[in-house]
Amino acid sequence: MSTITAEARLTGTRAVSRSLRAVRRRRYLETAATVLLSIVLIVWTIVPIYNMVMISLEPEGDVFTDHIWPRVWSVESFWGVLTQGHWYLEHFWHQFANSMYMGAMVTILTLTIGTLTSFSIGRMRIRYGWLVSNVALLTYVIPASFLAIPFYRIMQGYGLANNLWSVIAALVAFATPYAFFVFQEYGRSIPIEVDESARIDGASPIQIYLRIYLPLMAPALVAVGTYAMLLAWNEYLYQFLLLSSKSSMTVPVALAQFLSSDQSPWNYMMATAIIYAAPPVAIYYAFRRRMTAGLTVGGVKG
Amino acid sequence: MSSVQQVLAGAGVGHRLRGAIWQPRVHGSELAWAIAFLVPYAAVFLAFVIYPVTYALWMARDPSLYGDLVSNPRYVRTVVNTALYVGLGVNVQMFLALVLSGFFMRRRWWIKALLPVFMLPWALPAIPAYVSFHWMLIGEEGLINSLLALLGIQGPLWFQDRRLALASNIAAYIWKWLPFWTLTFVAGRTAIPQEVYEAADVDGARGFRRFAHVILPLLGNLYLVCTLLCTLWTVGDFTTVAMVSEGAPAYSTDVLATLGFQYSFDAAQPSLGIAAVLSALPVLIPITILLMRALHTRQVQL
Repeated sequence: MSTITAEARLTGTRAVSRSLRAVRRRRYLETAATVLLSIVLIVWTIVPIYNMVMISLEPEGDVFTDHIWPRVWSVESFWGVLTQGHWYLEHFWHQFANSMYMGAMVTILTLTIGTLTSFSIGRMRIRYGWLVSNVALLTYVIPASFLAIPFYRIMQGYGLANNLWSVIAALVAFATPYAFFVFQEYGRSIPIEVDESARIDGASPIQIYLRIYLPLMAPALVAVGTYAMLLAWNEYLYQFLLLSSKSSMTVPVALAQFLSSDQSPWNYMMATAIIYAAPPVAIYYAFRRRMTAGLTVGGVKG
Repeated sequence: MSSVQQVLAGAGVGHRLRGAIWQPRVHGSELAWAIAFLVPYAAVFLAFVIYPVTYALWMARDPSLYGDLVSNPRYVRTVVNTALYVGLGVNVQMFLALVLSGFFMRRRWWIKALLPVFMLPWALPAIPAYVSFHWMLIGEEGLINSLLALLGIQGPLWFQDRRLALASNIAAYIWKWLPFWTLTFVAGRTAIPQEVYEAADVDGARGFRRFAHVILPLLGNLYLVCTLLCTLWTVGDFTTVAMVSEGAPAYSTDVLATLGFQYSFDAAQPSLGIAAVLSALPVLIPITILLMRALHTRQVQL
């Protein structure tokens, strides 16, 4: 930039100063457009969240009035949720624990099964391994929600009716093919010679898996783990179908109860929703950087 | 070593020879380990994918079910809804994700700070998010209409008109999932080596030309894979329509997933429900095949 200005001073031609102005104008326009887009994105992202927070902070009965800012602030809804002070929320903490347990199990199992399988196919290069990863993709031919109906029957046959493990099993089955995809991509950036030199040094496959493969795959593990956890927390249909008693329910199912009547306390519902949303949001932001690293390095190439 | 591999590949000697020389297949006691590592996924796959899918196909085996479906105007309307929902939802979302991924690559401080905020809809669980959308748009006093009233506009009754309700579903779906796909494309762009960007700069390609001639060919396969995967996931999407418009008005915005659910559980006709959702197979199977092919296209033509 300073070279250009020096030249302008030297040559002093009108053409140079005109093009300078054009460059500056384009820069201003670019910045203005960027700022505008940023504002649009912020508004677009925040409005539904603001709506949630606003409804949760209103006293009961005020939800349907015409305003965009709570007239009276009241945290009675949050207090009601935390103290289980409503008949819909009697077992809230137990159900919250159910959700956390389910999320943790789905994450751990997806990571374990995903890494073991990817290790066998990608690193140990078992014959016909490519067949396994292709067949795994068949899991997605029929979307999960379509299979909910047979799942309902089958889980009763397995003796898992009204049991958290039925949902955990279904979610793990649907998360693992995506896990293979990410692990395979990421594994390409780790040279096979690392494994081979360990083998020459006398390491058994399980040792290579634990000591070499897993540590090197750490960013991909974080990426897939976060994905699996968010999948479990985002999921609704299977939990709604397969869990029917108050003690085995998870929070989304409890929230659905509010929707079954027209007179439910909506502020309680939104407060429950916000409390339910806190763990995944916190975990996501805690692991955000490592997750992007997992998707990027050696990762999702075109 | 990699340059030697490139020479081999370029000379057309190909994959098999390279495999034989550089990457010996596993054998002996290691084979036992490799198979053992595959057992967990094989068990999950058999018990929770193959069995339910087979069961579903068996439930839907009666051809007269399909005759019943096609002659039912509600089913036909649902198919149209699903086509619109998927066609618009997926393609608008992918296009926006691609554009926004370029936006988020810029180096301004406020853009970097914006990305975590923008990711919030993905981290937020689906139930609270969609319920919030429902309350934002319901009746005459939802937040959206209140905000429009500030600008002097009389907001419509969003769920009384089929097209508006469909649009609300699509908007909610995009709101929730756009961050995930944007992040995927950002990862893809980050994987493009810096030298490519610099070479484009030297050659004088900027802005749109750089995008069209340099970035798009490199991201092309990733875009295709993401579009196909998103299509598969969107066809099966249940939670959005169930929570946002709830099929309003009068079941006219149902998609196949919600319709199948209603046939199976509300109308106690599970076979009809399964037939309704499996009628999407003629679309889902080709897409899965395309996806498998696209995932095999690894090498980027630089």
